[in-house]
Amino acid sequence: MLITKSIQLNNILVTRITNIRSLTSYRKYSNNNEQKFKGKYDVIIAGGGMVGCALACAMGKKSLLSNLKVLLLEGSPDKKFKLKPEYSNRVVALNQSTKSLMKSLEVWQHVEKMRLQPVRHMQVWDACSDALISFCSSDILDDDISYIVENDVLLESINIELKSSTIKNVDIVYGAKVVGYELSKGGHESNGHIVKMHNGDTYSCDLLIGADGAKSAVREAMGVQYLSWNYDQMGIVATLHLAEETTNTTAWQRFLPTGPIAFLPLNSTKSSLVWSMTDTQAKELLNLPEERFVDALNDAMWKQYPRSSVVDACTSWLGSWLKRFDLPDGAERQLPPSVQSIISGSRAAFPLGFGHSTKYVAPGVALIGDAAHRVHPLAGQGVNLGFGDVKDLISFLSDSIYTGLDITHPNWMEKYESERQRHNVPTQLAVDALSRLYGADLPPLVLARSLGLQLTNALHPIKKMIMSHAA
Amino acid sequence: MSPLSKTFITMKSISHLNKTIGRGIKIAQISNNVTAAKTTIDTSHVEKHSQQAQGWWDPNGPMKALHSYNLIRIPFIRDGLVSCSLDERTLLPLSNKVILDVGCGGGIVSEGIARLGAKVTGIDASKELVEIAKEHCTIDSRLENNRPSYHCTTVEEHSQHFFDHYDAVVASEVIEHVADKELFIQSCVKALKPGGKIFITTPNRSKLSEFVTICLSEHVFNLVPKGTHEYDKFTTPTEVTFLLERNNCHVQLVHGIMYYPVINKWAWTSSPLLIFALQAVKLAE
Ligand SMILES: Cc1cc2nc3c(=O)[nH]c(=O)nc-3n(C[C@H](O)[C@H](O)[C@H](O)COP(=O)(O)OP(=O)(O)OC[C@H]3O[C@@H](n4cnc5c(N)ncnc54)[C@H](O)[C@@H]3O)c2cc1C
Repeated sequence: MLITKSIQLNNILVTRITNIRSLTSYRKYSNNNEQKFKGKYDVIIAGGGMVGCALACAMGKKSLLSNLKVLLLEGSPDKKFKLKPEYSNRVVALNQSTKSLMKSLEVWQHVEKMRLQPVRHMQVWDACSDALISFCSSDILDDDISYIVENDVLLESINIELKSSTIKNVDIVYGAKVVGYELSKGGHESNGHIVKMHNGDTYSCDLLIGADGAKSAVREAMGVQYLSWNYDQMGIVATLHLAEETTNTTAWQRFLPTGPIAFLPLNSTKSSLVWSMTDTQAKELLNLPEERFVDALNDAMWKQYPRSSVVDACTSWLGSWLKRFDLPDGAERQLPPSVQSIISGSRAAFPLGFGHSTKYVAPGVALIGDAAHRVHPLAGQGVNLGFGDVKDLISFLSDSIYTGLDITHPNWMEKYESERQRHNVPTQLAVDALSRLYGADLPPLVLARSLGLQLTNALHPIKKMIMSHAA
Repeated sequence: MSPLSKTFITMKSISHLNKTIGRGIKIAQISNNVTAAKTTIDTSHVEKHSQQAQGWWDPNGPMKALHSYNLIRIPFIRDGLVSCSLDERTLLPLSNKVILDVGCGGGIVSEGIARLGAKVTGIDASKELVEIAKEHCTIDSRLENNRPSYHCTTVEEHSQHFFDHYDAVVASEVIEHVADKELFIQSCVKALKPGGKIFITTPNRSKLSEFVTICLSEHVFNLVPKGTHEYDKFTTPTEVTFLLERNNCHVQLVHGIMYYPVINKWAWTSSPLLIFALQAVKLAE
């Protein structure tokens, strides 16, 4: 009885590597003797960034998925990680939904052991008017708004779990250079997708996940439409040393006519900078000596920009009405910190862009993370959208398996696509609209956005809605 | 599973009987004295379904609605038999269950539950469909060690030999094709172990279902072959509940089901007016 049961189990999902059928059929594909067939997997995840690794980890840990045989292909080498005293300049703001995913994967404990900084207040204001919006975790959620975590701390935390002995079904290949994908159209006769590597190795799989970032080769192989544009903007990042020691749990964001600048807290004296601007301006700022760069930074946070008196009159008129109704008028602003210096060599710039894949799925293929969508970093949503993809994908796939369906069944894949697009696309468009709205200094636009921001700030339910969508 | 087939012995002579039975109210009177000559088979229905054999297993073919129907039928059966938390879920949740699929047709439901580990017996009155089912279950390698066994017989015949035997009896889209509904229910219940569960799905007899099921699905959308359903033979949740409770069962759930033909999707709804799914448990004697 026991024996038959285990045989059944074997047959259900775990395809043996030595599957004769796939070996022979593979020969049809290879007319080149150098190619070596390395194995058939249920799932191949292309791309071991934060999002791909999180998915691999979930496939190792979730009860119905840990029977799948999974291969993770990552292009970069396997680097030994050591937590250094100085902070990395690449950080992400993780929301509560991401935290709960990381907790369920037992990853969050490692992040807490290394380091993270909670964000309990957020202040966003307009350089061209008095308009301001502030969020405070205590009056909106019972928990922190978000957590600032360095990219490599999060990646390492995921990897600790991924490589722990509790996960037995995931193989990882580092330094993996994929040269091509041959996607199958599905159906019973198919032997799955073929993944060809630079060194002649090939793998095959039933379900291929593209987690290979904004320039996704999997997406290209799917032949889907990809809407994208560049903002002709760069994001400058750096690690900042603040002039004064504070609890530093506030995230600051100011909309300048040239693009938003944000300080994300790291600890009592350090914050991380994300500053978007035009390409030319970025080149100039990157070349400034560090002290002059710090001056430019302080200017950007503090400087008075030319104002339109009409806008000023309107915002103060709206403020007085809000006060009359006992609503916050936005006058109690907190002052942002001053920067003393930047950590030497921490300055870097990244191009910013918008990207949307019109399809997230094709037969037996799904995209997650930046491969499917790319946003302007102004709202700190990028990677959270990707982790949201992971959450939904594992839940729909598990349900499908629990119903006895194949792992490439179109039903769950369509559900995944429509659910994620319903969440991601409005977020991306809202962020895009914000970046355009604030990219202008025409008085009518400044007026509209200022009054909008002021009203949003005054109306608790709307704020709550924004926060819960972002979560 | 299918909407189609139904049970039985091949007896041409009974078609006049069907006509007298038709509506559920009369059933109760007639069925008290079941004799060997009685049958649940409606020959004309069986023949119709047999003609459909060709495209049975094409997920986009004439039976496509039945294929997508599995996406809610299988979870309905599964969750009626096992309940566990997310973390306790296993690949073969039905692995210790012995299940009878009455009116199995080409085996769409039988294979679906066998994939969850259940030991499935499928019976159908149509020889052609049973052949298709037998042939098809060899295709899926996941069924290699757990193929359903199929037989061309009726539930009244089968339950003579296998009484108090099954953990569950499934009759999905069958009862609407059956000539003697009480005999049908009685036989299904007989095959169940005490404590075992019966799962029934069938169109309701309502103005809405008359319009939708017959006009739209047979004539407009060509979802099911013309003449597959005869409105008069449809039944209602009340009638089925009545028959089940008279036969020592307790009805636990009645859910409404909605079908969206254009997108070929099924969903649960609060209103059972179109199609309903019913779950009942057989009480200990
Ligand atoms: C300046 C800047 C600031 C940002 N700030 C924030 C922020 O504050 N908050 C936030 O949430 N997000 C932020 N983001 C976005 C965030 O970094 C991305 O959303 C996130 O990194 C996406 O993760 P990913 O795993 O989908 O893709 P990536 O991180 O791009 O990972 C893709 C992986 O795939 C591998 N790969 C690619 N091609 C292949 C191949 N052919 N074969 C094998 N491997 C391959 C790569 O080596 C890489 O490891 C910011 C981005 C920028 C540029």
